[in-house]
Amino acid sequence: MKCRVCRGPAVIDLRRHNANFCPEHFVAHCEEQVRRAVRHFAMFEPGDRVLVAVSGGKDSLALWDLLVRLGYTADGLYVGLGIDGYSDESLGHARAYAARRDLTLHVVDLATDLGFTVPEAATATRRAPCGACGLSKRHVFNRYALDHGYDVVCTGHNLDDEAAVLLGNVLHWDLDALARQHPALPAAPGFARKVKPLYRLGEREMAAYCVLERIHYQVDECPMATGNRHLAYKESLNALELRSPGSKAAFLFGYLERAHGTFTRGGPTVALQPCPGCGTPTPGDECAFCRLQRRAIPVTS
Amino acid sequence: MKVLLRNPRREVEVPGPTTVGALLARLDCNPESVLVIVGDELVTHDAVLADDASVEIRPVISGGAGNADTAPGTRS
Repeated sequence: MKCRVCRGPAVIDLRRHNANFCPEHFVAHCEEQVRRAVRHFAMFEPGDRVLVAVSGGKDSLALWDLLVRLGYTADGLYVGLGIDGYSDESLGHARAYAARRDLTLHVVDLATDLGFTVPEAATATRRAPCGACGLSKRHVFNRYALDHGYDVVCTGHNLDDEAAVLLGNVLHWDLDALARQHPALPAAPGFARKVKPLYRLGEREMAAYCVLERIHYQVDECPMATGNRHLAYKESLNALELRSPGSKAAFLFGYLERAHGTFTRGGPTVALQPCPGCGTPTPGDECAFCRLQRRAIPVTS
Repeated sequence: MKVLLRNPRREVEVPGPTTVGALLARLDCNPESVLVIVGDELVTHDAVLADDASVEIRPVISGGAGNADTAPGTRS
């Protein structure tokens, strides 16, 4: 196979684009996709303080690398989840990457800083660990950005992540979730601006980027995510993609271009008030994170 | 050839030479879900793998918490 751009030997074939690329032009392709995403949704501008949500996996490290390569000022924030045999290794990858590129990595450890781990929270709430994990990370990234003056939080959600979430939202006709699903969420009182610059790139592309750029990342899947619904959606979409290349992109991009606006939330506005524990706006007496924390901590003390 | 698979991590022997595409088909791997790596290098589906090659089939699907913005009660 030959590179579409230079006709040199290709190292990756992207059936969705009906294209093959050599290392140099594949990296240029990734840069261009991120550049287009940032520009299309006016995600941030040069000079903005960008906080990258870093997990030690391929997506977040590739995202951080691409943003720095494109000239943005970006620091990383890693959240320690306390998952045995997984969290230590993923933090190691994040720290090694930051040191190699001389970048700033902040670390918030759930156990040390907030008094519980994800496995403990899952046990206390008797719910899937992925729920406690996502809720905790969202809270910590948001609070950290607000408390430390960052203009925007960037997450490594890629095209596969977004297509899988869209499939789940459509299967359940979750209209509120459909209205919220977007690559750029504006800042609001108590909420930092939040964007997904990788939404135009698939996770195979992000893994390839890391291999080519010699970025070592956490390859093995989180042991607590095994069998979750999100992974099943991805497998189903990849089965479709195999038969019909471009299906995932058509599904997601078509939604964003032609359907998202129809799901804009209407109806009565729910009054929000600051959570007494953390100050995050909430419709109830206590925000979801503080409720999780309150239930998780007694189990361990 | 030795083929390293993950989740769970294991190694299988497959006779070569064969192409990457044929190897993935033999192991029932969706090419959309994996990268094939020989040494430290990526290889495309038409590449021929020698009988003495050491090959990694690396899954690229990761999942977990899903979308950060669609959980109820986390954003106004």
